[in-house]
Amino acid sequence: MRCASCAGIGLSTALLATSGLSIAAELPSQEEMWRIIQEQQREIEALKRGQRTTEEKAEAAVDMAEQSRQTSSTAASWAERTQIGGYGELHYENLDTDDGRQKEIDFTRFVLFFGHQFTDRLRFWSELELEHAISGGDEDGEIELEQAYIEYDLTPSQHVRGGMFLIPVGILNETHEPPTFYGVKRNPVERNIIPTTWWAGGAELTGEIAPGWSYNFGVHEGLDTDSYNIRSGRQKTSNADAHDLASTARVKWNGIAGVELAASLQYQENITQGLDNDASAWLYEAHADVQRGPFGLRALYARWDIDGDGARAVGRDEQDGFYIEPSYKLVPEFGVFARYSQWDNEAGSSSDSEKKQYNAGFNYWPHPDVVLKADYQHQDNEGNVDEEKGVNLGIGYQF
Amino acid sequence: MLNRLITALSLALLCADLAARGVYQQPQDFLSDTFEGGVPEAAVIWLTGARKQVVTELLGHSYTSLRVRYWARDQRSAWVLEEIGKEQPITVGLVISQGQLERIKVLEFRESRGWEVRHSFFTDQFRNARLDKGRNLDRDIDGISGATLSVRAMKKLAALALYLDGELRAQDVQASP
Repeated sequence: MRCASCAGIGLSTALLATSGLSIAAELPSQEEMWRIIQEQQREIEALKRGQRTTEEKAEAAVDMAEQSRQTSSTAASWAERTQIGGYGELHYENLDTDDGRQKEIDFTRFVLFFGHQFTDRLRFWSELELEHAISGGDEDGEIELEQAYIEYDLTPSQHVRGGMFLIPVGILNETHEPPTFYGVKRNPVERNIIPTTWWAGGAELTGEIAPGWSYNFGVHEGLDTDSYNIRSGRQKTSNADAHDLASTARVKWNGIAGVELAASLQYQENITQGLDNDASAWLYEAHADVQRGPFGLRALYARWDIDGDGARAVGRDEQDGFYIEPSYKLVPEFGVFARYSQWDNEAGSSSDSEKKQYNAGFNYWPHPDVVLKADYQHQDNEGNVDEEKGVNLGIGYQF
Repeated sequence: MLNRLITALSLALLCADLAARGVYQQPQDFLSDTFEGGVPEAAVIWLTGARKQVVTELLGHSYTSLRVRYWARDQRSAWVLEEIGKEQPITVGLVISQGQLERIKVLEFRESRGWEVRHSFFTDQFRNARLDKGRNLDRDIDGISGATLSVRAMKKLAALALYLDGELRAQDVQASP
């Protein structure tokens, strides 16, 4: 029995020894192991070098792309120095008027901007507008060049313009892209007292005079009206009579974010261009434009004082108006407003010529540069004439 | 008399150069102001994958580079970024501290209008701003009449810097044991 056990143990030992010898025979020698490790180390080093090279190539490619971009921006091509923009608006109105129910759809304005930067200090800007979709012949529309001027930087903060530019007066005259204001139509005070859009040919200085303070001062073509109607007196720089030029100055303060206070003054020696002997005119305008958080408030007052018997005879020696427009944005994309406007283009007469208009409605901005608008308007005029009451809908954009 | 007044006024305006356009501070000086004891070495964050998509959404267009350079030390990161206002890029320096906007400063303004965004009455509104869950600034930023596009550019850059800083901190969390 003992002998059997001994034989078993001996057999096992022999098998293990044989197996161990077999494994030992399959294992690489220490020299081979060292060689394999060294080879693997070389491969690791090569991979690391490859990775570094790849990273360096990527860095170099990005550097080159950025340098190329910087070089091309330094010597920007003609296309890069030329800007195109625009805005437009479609109106639908359903109004109760003296002549009955008025329902109308009108693509009121289609506007394109073109600008070009000649040098860092010299640039061109223009605005070309098609009103009421079709122009020519007996059509309702017009094609109008509303801005076209050259601007030069005298210093980084002082600029001079020459050409045709927007008169610096009111809130809407210079900034009237549809997404920037409430109400489908522009407010009546800035249509009838300040004849927005109002542009003229001439020269203008603009700039900053202190932090938050800026100014405009321009000499430009004046009005030309024999009826003392301000809006129809705009000459639009189309063979404009330049016997009596006008001067306009504005001071603006926006030293608190969301707050603009401004006052404008204009003088013209004779707004009939010499037809009447005495027809000098002063325009005074002041406004506040506040947007603090969701709260907004616009308020404006404007007044014309016109000398001479001609203006006095038709009661147009005084023309004035004001409006106040609170608004509130429920969310950044949706805001509501209300507006009260009062104006009188024959305030110097004893007749009932004062007009009042109430508006309330909303703007919805699906994108900051696109707006859908709706408002209800109610007019309450002295004499109950020329009243328009009803609903306006609009869609507008800018880019 | 009037002519003399106009001449004097014109000269005063020309001399009172408030530099509405121009370089207000060199990026290196901005960084030196930001980091006491020396500016840390610049690093880059690559705008790839989902990060690139988010940046495109924040700006409304793709960023002009594949990577953004930043400087960081002790939970603060500084960024020098550019965004076009109306026609030209505005160069802006931003400092983010622990996920909050510590400072935003216009370093160079090249446009002929909208320069008011460089004033502290405007930039102070951004102090301590964060991003909300929708990656919007957590507060209303009041605009400046006539400078809408410059204001919009500043808001975009503030959101971009806050987002990229958040990406850096997310990387740190992942890398920590």
